[in-house]
Amino acid sequence: MPDSRPVSVEAGVDSLVVVSGLEVSFAGRKALDGVDLVVNPGEIVTLIGPNGAGKTTLVRAVLGQVRPGRGSVRRRPGLTVGYMPQQLTVDPTLPLTVQAFLNLPRRRPKALLETALAEVGMAETLGQPFQDLSGGETQRVLLARALLGQPDLLVLDEPLGGIDFSGQLALFQLIGDMRLRRGCGVLMVSHDLHLVMAGTDSVVCLNHHVCCSGAPESVSHHPEYLALFGPKAAEGLAVYTHAHDHQHDPSGAVVSLSKPQGEA
Amino acid sequence: MIEDFLWRALAAGVGVALVAGPLGCFIVWRRMAYFGDSLAHSALLGVALGLILGLNLTLGVVVSSITLALLLVLLQRQRRLASDTLLGILSHAGLALSLVALSFFETLRIDLLSYLFGDVLAVTMVDLAWIYGGGLLALAVLAVIWRNLLAATIHEELALAEGVPVVAVRLCFVLLIALVIAIAMKVVGILLITALLIIPAAAARQFARTPEQMALLAAAVGAVAVVLGLTGSMQWDTPAGPSIVTGAVALFVLCLGASKWRDLAKAG
Repeated sequence: MPDSRPVSVEAGVDSLVVVSGLEVSFAGRKALDGVDLVVNPGEIVTLIGPNGAGKTTLVRAVLGQVRPGRGSVRRRPGLTVGYMPQQLTVDPTLPLTVQAFLNLPRRRPKALLETALAEVGMAETLGQPFQDLSGGETQRVLLARALLGQPDLLVLDEPLGGIDFSGQLALFQLIGDMRLRRGCGVLMVSHDLHLVMAGTDSVVCLNHHVCCSGAPESVSHHPEYLALFGPKAAEGLAVYTHAHDHQHDPSGAVVSLSKPQGEA
Repeated sequence: MIEDFLWRALAAGVGVALVAGPLGCFIVWRRMAYFGDSLAHSALLGVALGLILGLNLTLGVVVSSITLALLLVLLQRQRRLASDTLLGILSHAGLALSLVALSFFETLRIDLLSYLFGDVLAVTMVDLAWIYGGGLLALAVLAVIWRNLLAATIHEELALAEGVPVVAVRLCFVLLIALVIAIAMKVVGILLITALLIIPAAAARQFARTPEQMALLAAAVGAVAVVLGLTGSMQWDTPAGPSIVTGAVALFVLCLGASKWRDLAKAG
């Protein structure tokens, strides 16, 4: 594989997931080819890449839902994973409160649900109909459900999709905080290059093979990255690396920075 | 003084309604009304099979429905034909084939209408045993798989990632539909079974806040529809099965109206 370069972060004994030389084919076509990926505790790794680049396949391999054709996916023994799917809409024929949603697929103590909701800033919504939530609120409730199993690793598939910009910033900040507070690793798929590049420890740029990977700054100047996303993508990077003096709650209102911030 | 046959009819109808309500909720949530309909129509194959081989008819329908349900799940794996096309083929093939098959046996004098529209007033104790045995089994299995099935209904990949055996649960659900169709056939007939599955669920949706509430309400609406239908049938000498479905429709309209009225009252 001429294009698969060593990942920047070393795999160690406590690495949550170590993917090496992974090859996955569907109907004779390689979806993934010689992919390496490491997620360590407390680290945010972001997968970027064009549509159909195999991002979702890689996520499913990490979740253990896809059998590797070649190579390996090693999960730390006893690893618990919290998964957050791409936007989820519940059919309006199905009456569902946030509480009933969080009680799937198994029932949990109410106190646990309240704690998880409070952690994502949605404490008041326990009894609300799930379908009444806005896009950003739905993503937060999904995140709360992923947290219920006390995961060592959070796998987030396009967590910022379908949310307005200020909501994206707030949610991204929340994920950063959570990683610090809980010490869990985060593997995230994202399209939102600028936002992601600013707060991610390591970026993996995927197009069936790993085009380039490493710290956001180094990836953004890599020729293959520029070829995929264009030089504009590198320019925009600086915009969101400034320190914020305020943040937004899920409804978009400005609130002061009281909690310790992940990127302060 | 109420006749024995009427008691048996009531017991049979209520028994079927109590299972059909909760199961029908999943049919509504998963948008599988046409699937239920197709399976029900092809259940006539089971009747033909039972008559020709001299088996218990309910058993014949259980076996044929389960076979067809599995066949359908297999067929749906190929992508060249859409699901509703397959369902349409299965539905009408089942109906047509069984009518052709039955015509070969001229010695068999069967009352076709009783299979198509039910014959609840002729329910025997053996039928009742099937309804309550099968019904309790179906409810027990549904209770066991409830959370997993609900999780898979809302989002299959998320459920899979959370350890739900999605394929096994879906298969289980399809088998439950086959079983309920078999036991409901005597009450409303194969052409109207889907009505008993989806109308009470649709009525219950207007007032339920959680999936569990909707399931319980649907069971209750179905049971009331049975009582209404049978009473009406006695009063005006109308066919029992269609009267029960008419009762369910009346309750649905009532629920829809009541919830609209409630929303209006809340709004202003």
